[in-house]
Amino acid sequence: MKQRLMLRLMQCVAVVLMVGTLSFALMVALPGDPAMRIAAGRYGPDMMNSAIADQVRAELELEQPLAQRFVVWMGDLLRFDLGHSLVTGAPVVDEIGLQLGHSLMLALLAFAISLLIGPTLGALAGLMPGSWMDRTTLVLATALRAVPPFVLAVLMMVIFAVTLRWLPTAGFGSWQHLLLPAITLALGLAAMSSRVMRDAMVRVTREPYFAHARLKGLSDRAVVQRHGLRNASLPVFTYLGLQLVYLVEGVVVVESIFAFPGIGHALVHAIIARDVPMVQGTALAMGGLFVVLNSLVDLGCVQLDPRLRRAA
Amino acid sequence: MSSTVTLPADVLSEHPASSFWTLSRLAGAIILLMLALFAFLGPALIEADPLSQDYDAVLVAPGDAEHWLGTDQFGRSMLARLTHGARLSFVMALLTAASAALPGIALGILAAWRGGWVERLLVASSDVVLALPGLLLVLLLLAFSPGSFGPLYLGLALYLWVEFFRVARIEAARVFTQPVVEATLRLGFGWGYILRRLLLPALAMPMLTLFAFAMGSAVVAVSTLSAIHVGLRPPTPELGAIIVELMPHYSEAPWQVLMPATAIFLLVLSLQLFAGAKPR
Repeated sequence: MKQRLMLRLMQCVAVVLMVGTLSFALMVALPGDPAMRIAAGRYGPDMMNSAIADQVRAELELEQPLAQRFVVWMGDLLRFDLGHSLVTGAPVVDEIGLQLGHSLMLALLAFAISLLIGPTLGALAGLMPGSWMDRTTLVLATALRAVPPFVLAVLMMVIFAVTLRWLPTAGFGSWQHLLLPAITLALGLAAMSSRVMRDAMVRVTREPYFAHARLKGLSDRAVVQRHGLRNASLPVFTYLGLQLVYLVEGVVVVESIFAFPGIGHALVHAIIARDVPMVQGTALAMGGLFVVLNSLVDLGCVQLDPRLRRAA
Repeated sequence: MSSTVTLPADVLSEHPASSFWTLSRLAGAIILLMLALFAFLGPALIEADPLSQDYDAVLVAPGDAEHWLGTDQFGRSMLARLTHGARLSFVMALLTAASAALPGIALGILAAWRGGWVERLLVASSDVVLALPGLLLVLLLLAFSPGSFGPLYLGLALYLWVEFFRVARIEAARVFTQPVVEATLRLGFGWGYILRRLLLPALAMPMLTLFAFAMGSAVVAVSTLSAIHVGLRPPTPELGAIIVELMPHYSEAPWQVLMPATAIFLLVLSLQLFAGAKPR
């Protein structure tokens, strides 16, 4: 287990290095005078003149050689000094804090809904392999997996917001705004987890201990609850690691389509506006979130399966 | 594994020919073939320019005598835009998947063959790529020049090679440990012969599957990125961009939104069906 967590720590280092290096390269590659740009970001384009730009240049040591500037850049990063947004002038950390909260809310809700749908349908299908239930969920899951999240988002919008007018199309403010993006993400996640749960359930029902639980006279309910679900949920939990990739990518896409002011939306906007500190901050936040969630999945696996504890 | 020296044909017949054409793979291949015909013959047969606008025929519904699949908000032929969009998706997907597969497979074989620090270095660098979700990596590269083809292609290939590398390395290591390899070497055949006759046939099936998956991922990524306005830009007839562009006109022209969505769905579906189960 310690080894797994060490690997996660390495992953975290890799994320910081990669995002930091790419952002630094981005800053250097941008056309124009970086001092001017930073001065404009800090004091507003109207207040900016070459004297202030020179001041910024001196303060940030922009004249220094590239290698030295890179060290300074990474040093700032390690001290969580993410700088100021070039567009709004606000500290990046403040902006990210707010957006990350919104995104977490969306991701957690999506995740909770997907757990309600996916493993439940998967377990039912797995208990009755070959039934209409099994075949229907197979077709649905196969079809859903072939729909990119942004197409699913558009379809949800068209069905529930434009045609039925049950929910708002886009925006932020009330819980209704959260619902469509969350369901969009949840459907994609459920399509994957339901099949994993189904296969795991089929495997478990063929195990001798499952037959034994039956033969000793336990009710169907008790057999499934005590011997079936816990064993079958292990592969689903392990699979969560892969689902996290989908979740983080999906958050970016779905937030952009639904104009939901989360971290993914902020990242895309920062890229369009070429707001490097914001690109770095949001990418770091999302990468960090990815690592943290992955570590939690690792820990959860161990909680669920005592065998892993002994192996470690 | 048996300790006797087995004939190559037996060693490598994990995927006998009869089990290759499953029902879902056949269905995937048929849809894929039809889409490919549409994408590659369409632009040649249809004279309409996907960029030429006709303000006398804006948002015409499909089924019109002159515009079979209708027109968009600028009166551009949907048929032309869809075929050009499908061709763009196909070409981008093939290009990125090939650029990911060739180095991925080559490095995978190299890692399994050389072992030692070469393998460790390659595995470490593939782990670094996987530290971030793929879309984030592509977005970071796209930040250098949003809307252009180069970083989009580079980012996708950079992310997708890892899967080829991982599976090729494991599969190659499996083949190299088989007694048949040592026997072949002792009989005086070189590594080139082993590569051609033993390794590549063993790699063919899993790599084909990965290739189809990679193409599917590329199709999704390219259309997604242009849908969130950082990928290829209008007026390029890109399927994702077409959907988002026409979204505000949905109530007047629902089919124009649903048709490109169906095209992406069918393309990804057929690739996934053709790919079959993912090798671990």
